[in-house]
Amino acid sequence: MRIEKHPILNFEKERKKIHFTFNGHPAFGFEGDTIASALHALGVKKLSHSIELKRPRGFYCAIGNCSSCQMTVDGVPNVKTCITELKAGMEVKVQTNKGELYDK
Amino acid sequence: MISKDLVIIGGGPAGLCAARMAAEAGQSAILIDRNAKLGGQLIKQTHMFFGSEKQYAKTRGIDIAKKLLDDVGSYPELIEVWEDATVVGLYPDKVITVLKQEKYLKIQAKAIIVATGASEKVLAFENNDLPGIYGAGAVQTLMNVYGVKPGNKIIMVGSGNIGLIVSYQLMQAGVEVVSLVEASPNIGGYKVHAAKLRRYGVEINTSCTIKKAIGKEAVEKVVTIKLDENWNEIPGTEKTYEVDAICIAVGLTPLTSLLSMIGCEMKYISELGGLVPVTNKYHETSIDNIYVCGDSSGIEEASSAIVEGYLTGLIASSKLGKKHPKFAELVDDFQSQLENLRNGPFGAKIRQGLKKLGGSVDA
Amino acid sequence: MLERDGYATHEQISSRFPKVELLVKPKAVIECYENIPCNPCSTSCPFNAITIGKDINNIPQVDYDKCTGCGICVHSCPGLAIMVCEVLADKVRFKIPYEFLPRPIENEVWQAVNRKGDVIGEALIEKVSLNNRQDRTALVQVLVNKEFIYEFVTIRRES
Repeated sequence: MRIEKHPILNFEKERKKIHFTFNGHPAFGFEGDTIASALHALGVKKLSHSIELKRPRGFYCAIGNCSSCQMTVDGVPNVKTCITELKAGMEVKVQTNKGELYDK
Repeated sequence: MISKDLVIIGGGPAGLCAARMAAEAGQSAILIDRNAKLGGQLIKQTHMFFGSEKQYAKTRGIDIAKKLLDDVGSYPELIEVWEDATVVGLYPDKVITVLKQEKYLKIQAKAIIVATGASEKVLAFENNDLPGIYGAGAVQTLMNVYGVKPGNKIIMVGSGNIGLIVSYQLMQAGVEVVSLVEASPNIGGYKVHAAKLRRYGVEINTSCTIKKAIGKEAVEKVVTIKLDENWNEIPGTEKTYEVDAICIAVGLTPLTSLLSMIGCEMKYISELGGLVPVTNKYHETSIDNIYVCGDSSGIEEASSAIVEGYLTGLIASSKLGKKHPKFAELVDDFQSQLENLRNGPFGAKIRQGLKKLGGSVDA
Repeated sequence: MLERDGYATHEQISSRFPKVELLVKPKAVIECYENIPCNPCSTSCPFNAITIGKDINNIPQVDYDKCTGCGICVHSCPGLAIMVCEVLADKVRFKIPYEFLPRPIENEVWQAVNRKGDVIGEALIEKVSLNNRQDRTALVQVLVNKEFIYEFVTIRRES
């Protein structure tokens, strides 16, 4: 799902690969990605689900407004993955509850 | 607590221009943006802008962003930029609370310019919460900032300028736009944009809307339906398309929660996109030294946001005692630019909205 | 029609063309039918051939005595609504803006396309230019059959 060539924009070909895990599985993105853009490039659209009916949810706004992309990242719940920069070694998980208070 | 005479909230076109003009007048300011990079929505606009040279017409949005950032960057001693910092509260004593990299900070300001922009509207239809259904801004972010296609086959909902422009950008990214649907009988945006889509083979379906999305974990199909002159669905006109993404471009609404929080007088004006602060022609709200500019004062084109930003930066610094050497000349110039931008038939809605807001057309 | 479907009528199109006699030399044809706030065509013209006036919502007017068909307005128009047209013996030469990849290459034959997006014939690519001033909008010079003068608008690669 990556754009290979573009008439107006230049996407760097030699971007650094960043490895992370998604629900425990190895995954990767590139330097400059957000968690959501990396997952989307891998074909993962379902990032979350609704609390009561467990309907699948993906991101809607991609600018941190709508909250439908929230996931658990490195144990921290409700992380807006559409605006959170991807970092090496991140453990990204689909959240199964509303998010519990956590100790840092 | 940090003390600062002028704080500008939002680093999109309006906020950047306000900061630049304040600096030109000799006024220092903190410019706060919740994103890692300034520029607002400009950083994803690959098309050439309309307007006149004064609003950077024929320059692509991405390059306007660079230009405005350079302008602000040339005053490092006056403009302090806070990126990755979200304003979470605005209080009547002009205290601003900010969450900056997990730290909670307070600023005591004398004057505040709110330039928080807008958020996208959503549309009600069956299964509108399926993954693969995105706002037009999200589609632009994904493809033009991160270089990721939102899908391979997409349907666009809405024929305002954003719907038309993003459809074209999708094609440039190699995505097939199977159809563009518009509930109104006429195309909403500039026909030059519509003509571009049409000549490259995109069907434009007016008096047509989305009935439902179909899919298990993500969008697989979309069903559209024709509407009659009273906007009622015409049974039997359903059409199904196989798509893996749906793009919703049905308008924007001003992000004004901070202004409501501080107690500015607000009015619901549909022509301006929803709830907006009451302002005068100098972009002052009902509270002294609280200003608003850009989409958060009413939805318009980015070219207007640029001019409004300049004007507001000028006014706010003058009130703080830093009067730009060309103050009167510039105020006249910016106000006549705004008038000019809003003068045509596409500005009619804005003119009407501003009239409802307070009787002044150059607010 | 334009308001509903996004393509201009024959009357609208021909109203924007100069007389055919004038087209023995290349001339700009501006398909701008609406009063939108925009004036780069006028300010970019090195020959002052395009007038909009103080109200930037005015529709541009071309002075065909001054227009040289240079094509600068073609890549300066944010709406990509301008092309240059020149009538030859049995062909018409157009200069059109193009912002997709792959770009055409000289001597290739692409499909000629009308305003509805339908293929109407062939277009021989004569020249493709893209310099820094054009800011990523390529100018493509093509030859099409004379009968398509009011129909041709763009090109498409055979899929």
